[in-house]
Formats: sequence, C-alpha cells, structure tokens
Amino acid sequence: MSIDISQFIQTFLEESFEGLDSMESLLLSLTSDDSESINAIFRAAHSIKGGAGTFGFSEVARFTHGVETLLDEARAGRRAVTTEMIALLLESVDCIHAMLEAARDGSPVDAARIATIGAAIEASLRTVDHVMLDSKTVDSKVLDTQLPEAAANSHAAAQGPHGWRIVFIPEQDVMRSGNDPLRLIAALRELGVLQVACNTSALPPFEDLNAEDCYLSWEMTLLGEVNREAILEIFEWVEGQCELIVEPLSASAEVVDEMVDEVPHGDNNSAQACPNQSLQASGSEPPSLSVSASASSSAKPAARNRADNGSIRVNTDKIDALINMVGELVITQSMLSQMGSHLQTGDINYCIEGLLEGLAQLERNTRELQENVMSIRMLPISFAFNRFPRMIHDLSASLGKQLKLKLSGEHTELDKNVLEKITDPLVHLVRNAVDHGIESPDVRLAAGKPAVGTVHLNAYHKGGNIVIEITDDGAGLNRQRILAKAVERRLIPAGQSITDEQIHDLIFAAGFSTAEVVSDVSGRGVGMDVVRKNIKALGGSVEVQSRDGLGSTFIIRLPLTLSIMDGQLIGVSGESYVIPLISIVESLQVREDSVKSVASRGMVYRLRDEYIPVLFLHELLGIRSPDTKQLTESLLVVVEADGQRAALVVDDLLGQQQVVIKALETNFKKVGGLSGATILGDGTVALILDVSGLISLSRQITGPARSIHPEENKAA
Amino acid sequence: MTKILAVDDSNSLRQMVAFTLKQSGYEVVEAVNGTDGLQKARATQVDLVLTDVNMPGMDGITLVRELRSLPTYRFTPILVLTTEAGTEKKQEGRAAGATGWLVKPFSPDQLLATVKRVLG
Repeated sequence: MSIDISQFIQTFLEESFEGLDSMESLLLSLTSDDSESINAIFRAAHSIKGGAGTFGFSEVARFTHGVETLLDEARAGRRAVTTEMIALLLESVDCIHAMLEAARDGSPVDAARIATIGAAIEASLRTVDHVMLDSKTVDSKVLDTQLPEAAANSHAAAQGPHGWRIVFIPEQDVMRSGNDPLRLIAALRELGVLQVACNTSALPPFEDLNAEDCYLSWEMTLLGEVNREAILEIFEWVEGQCELIVEPLSASAEVVDEMVDEVPHGDNNSAQACPNQSLQASGSEPPSLSVSASASSSAKPAARNRADNGSIRVNTDKIDALINMVGELVITQSMLSQMGSHLQTGDINYCIEGLLEGLAQLERNTRELQENVMSIRMLPISFAFNRFPRMIHDLSASLGKQLKLKLSGEHTELDKNVLEKITDPLVHLVRNAVDHGIESPDVRLAAGKPAVGTVHLNAYHKGGNIVIEITDDGAGLNRQRILAKAVERRLIPAGQSITDEQIHDLIFAAGFSTAEVVSDVSGRGVGMDVVRKNIKALGGSVEVQSRDGLGSTFIIRLPLTLSIMDGQLIGVSGESYVIPLISIVESLQVREDSVKSVASRGMVYRLRDEYIPVLFLHELLGIRSPDTKQLTESLLVVVEADGQRAALVVDDLLGQQQVVIKALETNFKKVGGLSGATILGDGTVALILDVSGLISLSRQITGPARSIHPEENKAA
Repeated sequence: MTKILAVDDSNSLRQMVAFTLKQSGYEVVEAVNGTDGLQKARATQVDLVLTDVNMPGMDGITLVRELRSLPTYRFTPILVLTTEAGTEKKQEGRAAGATGWLVKPFSPDQLLATVKRVLG
C-alpha cells in the first residue's frame, strides 16, 4: 500500500524553521565549552536532516548532513568550536532556511551561495582538527552519503549462485534483545526456497533449562537467485550475537538432513521456536533494493505548492482555559433556561432576579470567552525580536561597530497578523539605529561614551495598544543636517523656523536620507516612509524622540489586534456608522462664526489657529434625507489620517464600543470611504468609516482638501 | 490489536510513523521523548517500540536500557530509528538492548516491511 506522506510536510517545515531559529540563537551565544548548547544545536540539525530525507528534500538532507557531521565532531570534542566555525554554521543555517523556504514556496534559491557554503563545510570537514585523532570517522561518514549507489553496485557484483548454506548459531541471550530466531528464519524464507534443520544438541537437561535462553542453532539451505548481502542484511541485527556462516551451496549440499534432531517435549519456548522438522517454504517477491531511492524522490512534487496555510501554535493552557469557559457558558445557559421555564409557573419576582443574575453571568462569560479567544491569536513579540541578535551580530561585523543588543518585554503578546507585518519595519528601524545612530568606536570614545553602542528593543502594553520602542545611545538625529537636506529637497522653505517635532517628522518623508555615503545597510532614503506607511496600515503610529549626542528613540504604537477595534458610534441621517476611535482627535459643537466658505475648497472650520476642511458625511456617503440637520445643530468630529485633519459633520454621537470588524471586500466589494462593517448589539449592521478614504473621496468632489495654517492663508 | 509505541521528538516524523502504522491497522501510542515513552510503555503494554535516538531529556538509547530493565519489556522488540548509517549508534543501541534499527530516511513502505518482519 502506498502512504501519502506529503500531509506531514507542513509539520516538518514548521518544526524545521523552529529548529533553525533555535540553532541560530544558540550559535550566537555559544562558547566552546558549552556542551549542552552544542548538543541542542546538533539535535536540531539532526532532526532536520532526518525529516528532510524522509520527506524528499534530498538537497537539504545532503547539505545538513555536512553541518551535522561538523557539529557531531564538535560535541564529541574532536573539533574545537571557533568563531570561524560558528560563522560558517550561521551561514549554513541561512542556507538551510532558504532551501526549505524554496521548497515551501517554489521560490528560487541562491544555488551559488549554497554551493559555496556547502563546499566550505566539506573543506572544514576535511581539515583534521588538531584535537581530532581519528580521521577514519570522517572518511566513513563521507562514504555513507554515497551509500545507495555504492550498495547497488556491490549488489550487482555479488550476484549469488543458486543457493546458500547458512549456519546460524545464536548466543544464548539473543532473545533478550527482542530478536527471535524464528522471525529471522521467516525472513529468510521470503528470499527463496528454504530448508531448515534445527540443532538441539546444546539443550541442557530440562531441570537446568532456562526458558529465556536460546540453546538451539540452525543450519539451512536457501535455494534461489539470492545475493549474499540480502542474507547478511537479515542477520544484521544479531551480528555479534551469533555465529553465522553463509557460503555458496556447492561447498556442502547434504548436511541439512544429518542435522535434523529431535526436540525434547516439555520445553515450551524451544518447542515453539523450533519445529522438529525441516521447513520448506517458497518465498514471495524478494524485497526491492531500490526502495530508498525511489521513495525519497516521490515525495518531492507535493511539497511545491506553498505550504503556509496560516496555522498557529497555541499553548495548551490557553485551550484548557477556553474549554473551561465554554463549560461555564453551558452552566449559565442551563440556569437561564431553567429560569425561563419557572417564569410560567413560579414566582415572577424570584424569576426576574434569577434572570438578571444569569444575564450578568452571561455577560461575564462572554467577555472572558472573547478575551481568551483573542488571546489565541496572540503571540509573544519575541517571535519578531528573536531575529535581532543575529542581525546585530552581522551588522557589527560589516560596519565595524561594537554593538550590544538589549531586549525587554519579549513576552508582550500581540496579534499574529500584526506581528507578521511589524517585523519588516522593525528590522528597518534597527538597521537605521545601528547605521545612522551608533557611532564608530573611536568617535564614541572621543565623545566620552563607551565604545560599545547599545540598541534597546522594548515592548509593553499600554491601554489597548502595544508599544514598541527602539532606542539607541548613538548621536541622535542631526537637526542641522536634516534641516539642510529638507531645504535642499524643497520639503520646507528656507529660513522657516520649525519645531523639533516637525524636524523629526521629516525623516519619514519619501526619499529622505541624510547619509553622506549610501551603504548597503541603509541610506537610500527608501524605507522610513515605507515604515510609517506600513505601521499606519496596521492602524498604528510611529514617532521619534531624539536628544543630540545621547541617542534617539523610535516609538511604535500598534493596536493589539486587527479584528476588534474601539469605535465611536455616530448617527448620520438616521443611520449608524462607526469611526475608529484611534483616528478621532476631538469632537465639538459647531460655532457658526468659525465656519468659513472657501472658494473651490468647500467649507473650512477654524479650530484654534488652523483651518480644517469640513466633510459632510451624508453627502459623501450619498444619504440625502430630510433628517439631515442644519450645520449649526450638528456636531463636528475632528479626525486625522495620514497627517491630514478633517472635520466630519455628524448628527449624533451615540457611544463608544468595541466592534468586531467584518471585511466588506471579502463579503461584498471594496467601497471607497468604508473600511468594513460590524454588527451592533441590536442586530443592525453599521458601516465602519475609513477616514483617509473619506478625505481622498472629498478631494475628488471638491478639489484638494487640506488643512491650512492661517499664516499660509494670509500669504495666499 | 497489535500496539506499537512510537517515540520521536520530531512531530512530523512521529506523525508520519503513527499514520503509516495506523493505516495498516496497528494501534499506535505516541510519545515525544524518552521520559514520555517510558511512562507510556509502563501504562500500556505494547508489542513493539520504535524510538528515535537523539531527543531532549531522555534519549532513545537510555529509553531502550530502561525498557529492558522492566520485566514486561525483556523480550519486546525495540527498534531504534537512527540517521546514523555508521555502526557507532547501532552498536550503542544494541548494547543497550535494542532489537534492531531502521535507518532514516525511510519510506512508509520500508517502515511497514520492517515492522512486519519484527512482529512476524
């Protein structure tokens, strides 16, 4: 029968990526005498190799074999752990990662790099370490990798004669290893026509007989086109525990009959193990020798399609808690239904009290259940942080800077989707901090700072948000240089005084870089704007604080999850809508004298010293009903998105609540100005407003709508 | 029904082994390392043990030794699953009392052939 093993490839890939991650982090903290870590690294490589071979990733298996051998020698103390070796192993980890990714996604691999690293491993395996005495080990391992072919050749060469004489004299304790001579004989029978004779001469008198020992030996003739290796393979497991003679049949053909002897009765074990007659059996098909080669290649095509179907590992504690809560819910439900049946017969007051209690319990259950279900999607941010030790290690080497990485709050949890999308921006910010922020050791020493620069990644929860801080103790943002660059690029007019905050904001402008030399690490000016865009897309924000000479801190704020958000419910012409709370700046009543009509720009509202475009929601959303109030009776909700403010005209503020976001795109189609929908407590559907979408929608109608500073206004 | 204990810290390999054996009508008990395996072997008498060698916690070789010291596992076939084609690990396994070994990588068919051979 054939078993489809492709279904386990996903699991294999997941555990392999985990294994590679732990190899990497262990390698980075490895010292030469840390045998526990070396063992753990070895085990990870070993598992990957084993799985790769089984699931048909022969390239990965071959590559990992070299890595494993190197590690094996290190853990056996035959090879010293050097920094070169660690560097090579780290590179290998990358290669294996790339190969497995390629296998998963069908993406191309950097074959040249893998070949180079593979050759480097081979080369270092050939160099016999001075502590290494036994060079044979290497040779035999190298030979092993070529085994299938070599074995096939030798099998072909050893095409046997038409029969074999086999003498098998097991040691007394052979059965204690779980080997049963009968099974070996049965296996031989499958190779050809077998005649078996049992020699019972060594059997002791019954009273001395130990039923757990084997006193018997066998002499057999095996007829058929069988090669010697096939026979030896059957006895492979008892090699050293028996005397075995396998010789071509021509040597002695008639011994068999002479060996037949009688088996004494009463010996349960031996009687079972040794029928007192020659056995004759014709074997079925001899086992095919090419099995291993064909089986490993057959699993390959299935692995091509992208295997990442978005699975998640959940701590069993969380699942237990969920089950617990569902149990509570069931209890509440039965309590409520009991109260319901009492209503018809029992004391009404008692029932109402019970119902209210039950409802309160239901509310608590629901809230707990919601929190717990959400927490299933939550992963610790260490999943994103874990890549940085390696990155800092590499950057330190390539930039010639001395670096130290400090991580804190790694256990802070956030939604898996958010986590996946925040990783790239984080990488960018850390790179920037190292490249632009941290100075070279001599500059640092001259400034009276320690030569080793520190990058600190910190994560914590604050309100309904997760905050991630990336702090470096480098030079800080260079105000003068940023200003000069901004003027040069005409981002701001020359001579205008701007605040620190505005300067810091400039680094997020597209194409902005103050690096004098563009390095391969950073400085191309693509990135910070992308970083901000990506973070905004997650509903978050990023800001920077900097102190000259002391370093800078990037602060990222993100919602904990993308599927639930805090919303402000508003009423427009009798319809309910939700505005994401995060984009609301303030809400206010309209003061008539603050509303100005600007030609070609629609209406603006003067809020303190800023003019903000007024957006009439009922117009933008296409609701024109008599319910729409006069502007002066309406409320204004000032919102901000993409650095632009706008005042939305609404009829009512209905309340704040958490809403579960249902995508419009997947259920209907994308609609401008809306980011989704949600179901309210009373069962009605409310649409969620997309603030930046609304602003751009209003531009299409009334031309560019942007906030204007009064000075600018006067100048124009 | 014939019961087989499969011990491997690698989920994918253990699942593959378990799935293959279950498809062929064996009852399979899974364990994630030596300690787990020993515990499960004590709880349920199995007819065959398949164990990986390199595992965190108790390794496969120790598991074999521990099992052999139990009266109910003195003659039970125990196979070690090893990637080592060399003789070192095999000898170590056999010295501990293993019946035999299966060299990784192996296909489901090879696994079944070996299991059938051991269980008769």
